[in-house]
Amino acid sequence: MSEATSTGYPEENYLTQGSTLKSWLLTTDHKRIGVLYLLTISVFFLLGGLFAAGIRLELATPQGDLVQPETYNRMFTMHGILMIFFFLIPSIPATLGNFLIPLQIGAKDVAFPRLNLASWYIFVIGGCFTLWALVSGGVDTGWTFYTPFSTLFSNSHVLPAALGVFITGFSSILTGLNFIVTIHRMRAPGLTWFKLPLFIWSHYATSLIQVLGTPVVAITIVLVAFERVFHLGIFDPSVGGDPVLFQHLFWFYSHPAVYIMILPGMGVISEVVATFSRKRIFGYKFMAFAVLAIAVLGFFVWGHHMFVSTQSVYAGTVFSVLTMLVAIPSAVKVFNWTATMYNGAVSWDTPMLYAIGFIGLFTIGGLTGVMLGTMGIDIHVHDTYFVVAHFHYVMVGGAIMAFLAGIHYWWPKIAGKTYPVFWSKLAALIVFIGFNLTFFPQFLLGYMGMPRRYHAYPEEFQVLNVLSSAGATVLGVGYLLPVIYLTYSFFFGARCAQNPWGAVGLEWETTSPPPTLNFDEIPTVTGEVYDYSPKKEAQVV
Amino acid sequence: MSSSHAHAPGLAHHFDSYEQQRQSASLGMWLFVAQEIMFFGGLFTAYLIYRLMNPVVFAVASSELEIKWGALNTGVLILSSLTMALAVRMAQLGKRKAIVGFLCLTLLLGLTFVGVKAIEYTNKWHHHLVPGEHFSFHLSPTEIGALQSHGIDVSDPAQAYYVQSRAEMFFSLYFAMTGLHALHMLIGIGLILYILRPAWKGRFNLDNHNFVEGFGLYWHFVDIVWIFLFPLLYLLGRHLPHA
Ligand SMILES: [Cu+2]
Repeated sequence: MSEATSTGYPEENYLTQGSTLKSWLLTTDHKRIGVLYLLTISVFFLLGGLFAAGIRLELATPQGDLVQPETYNRMFTMHGILMIFFFLIPSIPATLGNFLIPLQIGAKDVAFPRLNLASWYIFVIGGCFTLWALVSGGVDTGWTFYTPFSTLFSNSHVLPAALGVFITGFSSILTGLNFIVTIHRMRAPGLTWFKLPLFIWSHYATSLIQVLGTPVVAITIVLVAFERVFHLGIFDPSVGGDPVLFQHLFWFYSHPAVYIMILPGMGVISEVVATFSRKRIFGYKFMAFAVLAIAVLGFFVWGHHMFVSTQSVYAGTVFSVLTMLVAIPSAVKVFNWTATMYNGAVSWDTPMLYAIGFIGLFTIGGLTGVMLGTMGIDIHVHDTYFVVAHFHYVMVGGAIMAFLAGIHYWWPKIAGKTYPVFWSKLAALIVFIGFNLTFFPQFLLGYMGMPRRYHAYPEEFQVLNVLSSAGATVLGVGYLLPVIYLTYSFFFGARCAQNPWGAVGLEWETTSPPPTLNFDEIPTVTGEVYDYSPKKEAQVV
Repeated sequence: MSSSHAHAPGLAHHFDSYEQQRQSASLGMWLFVAQEIMFFGGLFTAYLIYRLMNPVVFAVASSELEIKWGALNTGVLILSSLTMALAVRMAQLGKRKAIVGFLCLTLLLGLTFVGVKAIEYTNKWHHHLVPGEHFSFHLSPTEIGALQSHGIDVSDPAQAYYVQSRAEMFFSLYFAMTGLHALHMLIGIGLILYILRPAWKGRFNLDNHNFVEGFGLYWHFVDIVWIFLFPLLYLLGRHLPHA
C-alpha cells in the first residue's frame, strides 16, 4: 500500500464509484450492499418502533381506552414481526457483517457478490409482502403464528405476513451461505483460523444457524399457508393434526434465531472491548469455541418454549438441562470480556460505552434466561411480562446495544467521517437509562403476574407500567439521536483519519472509506490476532 | 455486475484462481444442499410423526398409491443420476457434444418423471383422493377387513370419520412432499435448459465447469429425496391391508 493512500483521505473510494440510484441498486460491492441493508432495516426499525410506541401508550393506563383489543393484538404482532424478522435477524450480519467480513479477512468481496445483492432484493420483496399485510389491516396471531389460531380462526391478513417471513428467510439463508463460503475460501494468505477476529468466528457460528435453522421455519410457514388456504389437515386437531408439532417446528428455528441476533453482537463486543482496552482478548480460543458451542447447543433447547404445552415432563427436564448448559459458553464470553478489560488501558469512547452497557444488560438477560429454563419458575411466570422483559434484555439490551456499538465503532470505516463525541456519548447514556426504565419494571410486573399480550390490566400495576412507558419515551429519544447525528455526519461530518481508534485488524489497514476492491494489494498476514503489543501501541498513540 | 477480467475468461474478479473459484462454488452448493435437507426435513418429520400416530390408516391409505408408477419413476431418476454424472464428467473433460448429449438425456428422463407424476396426480384426482371438498376415501372389502383386524370398525360413524380424516391427512402429506419434490424437478429441468446453450457453445472445460458440477449436485440431491420418498410413501406397511 502506498504512503499517500494509507494516511490521507481517499478521494477514490467505494462511495465515489457512481452516485446514481442505478449504481447503488445494481451494485455487487459488499460494502454498498451493507449500506443498502442499513438503510432498509432502519426503516423497518422505525416502523416496529412506532408499534412499540402504540403499545406503551395504550398501557399507560389500566383501562383499554386507546385502541380496541383487536387493534392491540395487531399492534404487538406487527411490532414482533417487523423487529424480529426485518430488523434483529439482519441487523448486524447483513449490515456490519456484509461490510466487514471481506475487509477483516483480506478479501476483495464475499464469495458470491451477485447472490449477495439477490439476498437484499429477496429481503426487500419479503418486506413488501409484510408491508402489504400491514396496510391491509395487519395480523393478530402474534409473531409466532401459532396454530390453529393462525390457520383456522384468525380473520387478519396472515397470508401476506407469512409469505413475507417465508421470503425473507431465504435472504437470511443466502447471506449465511455466502458468509460461510467467504470465511472458508477467501481468507488472505497467512490468515489461519486462529488468527481470525472473533467478529468472524461469531458470524461463522451465526451463519451455520441461518443455513440450517431457517429452512425449517420456512417449510413450517408453507404448511401453515397450505392449511389456511387449502384446509390441509396438518396442524388441525379436528382432523388428526397436532398444533404442538407446529410449536416444535417453529421453535426449532426460533430459539436458535435468538442466537442469530445475539452472536454477531458478541462478535462486535469482542472487537470493541479489545480495541478500547488495548489488549488481546483474554482466552481467545475459548471465545471462538464458545460462540460455536452456543450455536450448536442452541439447536437442542427449543422444548423450553413448550413446558406448558403437553410436552412430557421428562422431555421438559432434558430441555431444561440443555438450556442451562447454554449459560456456560455465555458466561465464558462475559468473564473473558471482563478479564480483557482488567489491567487494560481502557478508554471510554462511545463504542466502549455501548459495549459495557451490552455486557451488563446481556448478563441480566442471560441469567433470567436460566431462571426461565427451570420448569418450576417458567410455569409460574409463563406468558407474563417477566418473559417479555427477559427477551428484551437479550434482544434490545443485548443485540441492539451491540449493533449501536458496532455502528459507532466502524462508522469512520463506513462513512470516513467523524461524529460528535458529546452527542454520541449522551445518546449511549440515554439509551442505557431509557432501556432499563422501560424493561426493568416489566420483570416486576411479570413476577407479580401481569400477563403479556393484554391491552388492559388491574389498577395496581399502573405505577410500574407508567414507568415503563416513560422509559420507552426516553429510549425513543436515545435511538433517534444517532439517526440524526450519523445522518448529519455522513453528509457534513469532518473527514476522519484512516484508523481513528488505533485499532489492529485488516479492516484498518486499508483506507477509510475503503476502495471498491478493499485493498490496493491483498495483505499477507504474519502477526497474531489482537496484537496490541506495547510496540504497536507506541506506534498508534 | 461482476466484471470478468480479460486475462482469465470465466474467472470472477474477486477470485485469485480457478481453484479458489471452483472450491467456493462447490462449498456453496453443498451448503445449499444442507439447507434443502433441513427444508424437506420439516416435512419428513411431520410425516413420520403422523405415520406413527396413525399407523394402520396410513398403511391402508398408502396402498392406494400405484406402486408400478412409483417404481418406474425410481428407475428413471436413478438412470438420470447416471447421465447427469456423465454430463459433469464430460464438462470436466471439455467434450462439448458429449455434455450436450448427456444433458439432453437427463432432460428427457426428468420430463419422463414429471409426466409419470402427472399421470399419478390425475388418477388421484379421479379417485377423489385429492384433499379438499371432493375427498372421499373408498374402502375395499379387504381394506375394511384389515382395519377391522386392527380394531377399527368403520361401521361406527366416529371411527369412519377417523379413517376418512387420517387418510386425508396422508394424502395431504403425500401431495405436499411429492409436490415439493416435483417443484424441485421442474426447477432442475429449467436449469438444464438454461445451461444447454453455454454447453453447446463449449464454455465448459477443466477450469470452468462449476455450473455443471453444482447443478449436478442439485440433481443428485433431488433424486435422493425421491429415494427416501418412494419407500416412505409407497412401500411402508404395504402388506398390512392384505394380511
Ligand atoms: Cu428459546
